[in-house]
Amino acid sequence: MDLISASAVNWSRAQFALTAGYHWLFVPLTIGLGLIMAVMESLYVKTGDEKWKTVATFWQKIFGINFAIGVATGIILEFQFGTNWSNYSWFVGDIFGAPLAIEGILAFFLEATFISIMFFGWNRVSKKMHLTSTWLVFIGASLSAFWILVANAWMQYPTGMEFNPETVRNEMVDFWAVTCSPVAYNKFLHTTFSCWAVGAAFVVAVSGWYLLKKRHTDFACRSIRIGSLVGLVAFVMLAVTGDGSAYHVAQKQPMKLAAMEGLYEGKEGAGLVAMGMLNPAKQAYNDETDPYIFKIELPKLLSLLGYRNIHAFVPGITDIVDGGYTLSDGTTALSFRERKERGELAIRALADYQTAREQERDADAANQESILRENYAHFGYGYLDTAEDLIPNVPLTFYSFHLMVMIGVYFILFFLVMLYYTGKKDLHNSRWLQYVALWSLPLAYLASQLGWVVAEVGRQPWTIQDILPVQAASSAISSHNVVTTFILFAVLFTGLLVAEVTIMVKQIKKGPEPAAQEKVSHPQG
Amino acid sequence: MITYEFLQKYWWFIMSLLAGVLVFLLFVQGGQSMLHSLSRKEDEKKLLVNALGRKWEYTFTTLVTFGGAFFASFPLFYSTSFGGAYWAWMILLFCFVLQAVSYEFQSKPGNIFGTTTYRIFLFINGLLGTFLLGVIVATFFTGSEFTVGKGNIAGLGVAGPVISQWQNPLHGLELLADLRNLSLGFAVLFLARTLANLFFVNRLNHEVLEQRSRKFVLFNGLPFVIFFLIFLVQILIADGYAVNPATQEIYLEQMKYLHNFIDMPVIMALFLLGVATVLYGIIRTVFDSDFKGGIWFSGAGTIVTVTMLLLVAGYNHTAYYPSSVDLQSSLTLQNSSSSEFTLSVMAVVSLLVPVVAAYIFYAWRALERKKLSLEELHSDGHAY
Repeated sequence: MDLISASAVNWSRAQFALTAGYHWLFVPLTIGLGLIMAVMESLYVKTGDEKWKTVATFWQKIFGINFAIGVATGIILEFQFGTNWSNYSWFVGDIFGAPLAIEGILAFFLEATFISIMFFGWNRVSKKMHLTSTWLVFIGASLSAFWILVANAWMQYPTGMEFNPETVRNEMVDFWAVTCSPVAYNKFLHTTFSCWAVGAAFVVAVSGWYLLKKRHTDFACRSIRIGSLVGLVAFVMLAVTGDGSAYHVAQKQPMKLAAMEGLYEGKEGAGLVAMGMLNPAKQAYNDETDPYIFKIELPKLLSLLGYRNIHAFVPGITDIVDGGYTLSDGTTALSFRERKERGELAIRALADYQTAREQERDADAANQESILRENYAHFGYGYLDTAEDLIPNVPLTFYSFHLMVMIGVYFILFFLVMLYYTGKKDLHNSRWLQYVALWSLPLAYLASQLGWVVAEVGRQPWTIQDILPVQAASSAISSHNVVTTFILFAVLFTGLLVAEVTIMVKQIKKGPEPAAQEKVSHPQG
Repeated sequence: MITYEFLQKYWWFIMSLLAGVLVFLLFVQGGQSMLHSLSRKEDEKKLLVNALGRKWEYTFTTLVTFGGAFFASFPLFYSTSFGGAYWAWMILLFCFVLQAVSYEFQSKPGNIFGTTTYRIFLFINGLLGTFLLGVIVATFFTGSEFTVGKGNIAGLGVAGPVISQWQNPLHGLELLADLRNLSLGFAVLFLARTLANLFFVNRLNHEVLEQRSRKFVLFNGLPFVIFFLIFLVQILIADGYAVNPATQEIYLEQMKYLHNFIDMPVIMALFLLGVATVLYGIIRTVFDSDFKGGIWFSGAGTIVTVTMLLLVAGYNHTAYYPSSVDLQSSLTLQNSSSSEFTLSVMAVVSLLVPVVAAYIFYAWRALERKKLSLEELHSDGHAY
C-alpha cells in the first residue's frame, strides 16, 4: 500500500500539465480549421467554383493530420482523473463524470462519425451531404469542447451540488446550474474563440508563406480572405469574453485575480497593470518589498473590470490571507487562519459523523452533520498547512496573463491590417506583411497556451475551488510509477509532435492539388 | 416506477452493452495484429490498413465513451480501478495513443519514424489493447487486491487520506499472474482477430486476401473457443462474490456465477444464443465459401455474449468488482454508483443513444455501399 506523498502529487500535476498542454496544441487547430474549411466548402457548394473545393480539400488534409494527434493526446486526459486523481474521482465524480460522459455520447461520436464521411465520402455521398458532414464535424468538435469546459468551469466554480456525508462525496442536485453556470458559458465562448483565432492565424500564416514563395497565389488570397475575417471576429470576441472572464474570476476566484495582477495590497479604485515587471526580491506575501520593479497602470480599470464599479475594492494577496475586508455581499472576509480552522472542523465533523453512524448514535450523527454543513464552504482549507499553500505561482500567472493580453491586442491590429490589404491594397506585393503573417503564427499558439496557464496555475492549490486541494485529491501511488509514465508520455508526445510538424510542413510545401481535385465528380447533389 | 435500484441496474446494463459494443469493435485491433501475417505484398497490406483505417475511430470513440460513462455512473470503480491497477490501464491507454496517429501518419512523407514503425505501433495496439482489456474484464469475476475506506479522506483509519488503496505494489501488473485473467485476455485477443478476418471477408474486393482471411478465421476461432471455455468453466465452478441484499454484506458463495445464470434464465438464454451466433458466423464462413455475412452474426453474437456476461457479474446481488483482500471493500452496484439524481439525468441523456446509433448506421452504410478494392483507394481522395 502506498501513502500519498507530496512528490507523487507534484508528479501527477506535472503529468496532467504535460498531457493537457500537448492536447491543447492540437485541439484549437481542429476547431478553428473546422470552421474555416466548412465555410470554404459552403462557398464551393454555393458558387460551384472548383477552386473553393481545392481550397477546402487542402485544409481538410491538414485537419486530418492534426485531428489524429489531438485524439491521441486527449484519451489520456480523461482517464487520468481516475489513474492519478483517485480521491477526486470519487469526491466529485457524481457531478464531474456527467459532462464527460455526455461529451462522449453526444459530441465525440458526432465528430468521429462524420469525419469519415468528410474524408472518404467525396465520391460516395452527394455534395450537400458532404457539406453537412463537414459542418457536423465542426459542430461535434465544438460540442465536445462545450462539455469539457462545463466540467472545467465547475472545478473553478462548483455549483449545483450538495455534500452527502453518508456517501462522503458531493452530489449533483441541479444539472442546469452545472451546465448553464455563467462561468461555464463564458469559458466556452472564450475558449472557442481562441480556437478560431489559432485556426485563422494558421491559415493566414501558411497562405502568407505561399505568397512569399509566389506559389498558389489565388489559393492563398482566398484562404487569407476567410482566415482574416474569422481571425478578426475571434480576437474581438476574445476581448469581449475575456472581460467576462475577468469579472467571474474577481467574483469567484479573487486569489487568481490578485496573482494575475501581482496585486499584494488591495485597494479601492484599483488600476489594471498594462505592462510591468515583478520584483524577484519579493520572497513572501507579507514582506515589505515592493512587488514591482516597474509598472504602467490604467487607473481604476481593474475595479471596473472585476466589479463593474470604478471605486470597488479589489483585495490583494495579503488581504485574502488576512481577511477583514468587506465582501460584495456585505459580509466580512475570513482570514486564511479562520478558514483553515473551519475547514478542520468540517473534516473532523465528517469523521465523527461516520463514526457515530457506525455506532448507531443517530443524534450525535445529526449534530456532526450540522457542524459539517455549517463549515463545508471551507472544507478544503482544512488540508492546507500554511497561508503560502493558498497562493499560486504569482510570476507565472502574472506574465502569462499579460503576455496573452498583449498578443490578443496585437492580433486585432494584425487582422485589421490584413483585411485592409486584402480589400484595398495589393497583398501580393506587400512582402513585409507576408512575413509578418508567417511569423505571427507562434504568437497565436503561445497566447492559446498562456490562457490555460492563467486559468489552471492561477487556481492552485485547488482541484475544486475551496473544497478539495491537490494534496487531498490524488491517488495512493508512489511517485516512481508516475515519474515513469510522465517520461513515457513526454517522450512519446514529443516524438509525435515532431512527426506531425514535419508531415504538415511537407504537405504545405507540396501544396494544394487542383488538377487532381477537379477531376473528381459528384453523384447527384 | 423508476427507483434508485432500477437506475443502478439500468446503468449497469448500459455499461455492459457499451463493453459488448467495444469488444465487437476490437476487430480493428484484431486486424492490426495480423497486418503482417495476413498479407504478403505491400498493396495487400495497404488495403488491409485502409479497410481498418475507416473504422478505427469507432473503437476509439467507444472506449472514450465507455470511460466517461463509467465515471458518470459508477465513479467508485473509476477511482478504485484506474488509480489502483495503474499499470494495466496506463499500458492499455499508451497502446491506444500509438494507434490514434498511426493510420494518418504511416504513409505521409516526413513522418520521421517510417511506415514500418507506425505499423508496429498498430501491431502493439492490436495485441496488447485486446489482451489487456480481456485481463481487466476478467477481474470483474476474479477480484483484485484493494481496500476502500470512504472515511479515509476525513482522517479515519491508518491508511492515509486516499479512499481507494491498491494493496499490491505492482499496481495492476499482478493481474497477469492469474490464469483465469490470462484466459480471458487471450480469448478476447483471438476473438478480435477472428472478427477482423470475418470483416475482411465481408469488406474486401480482393480474392487472395479473402481466401486467406477465411483460413485465418479457423486458425483464430479455435484458440478463441478454447480460451473462452477455459475462462468460463473456471468462473462457473469458482466461488463468487455475493451480496446480502438485507445487510449489504459481501460473502463468498460457491459457484455464484453459475447460480446467477440459473437464477436469471433470460440472461442465460441470451448468453447461449450469443455464443451460438458467434460460432455460427465462424463455422459457416469456414465451410461455405460464398458466405460473407459472418461478421454480422459473430459481431452481434459478441455484443450479446459480452453484455450478458457482464450482467451476470453485477446483477442478482453480486459484487461486480470484487476485492480479494477485503471482501467488504468490494464494489457493488449500490455502494459505487452515482446518486439517484445523476443517474436519472444520465438516463435521460441515454435516450439519445438511438439517434447516435442511427447516424453511425447511416455513415457506415454510406461508405460501405461499394466493397473496398485497391482501385477505390486512389479515387476516394483520402488514403492511408
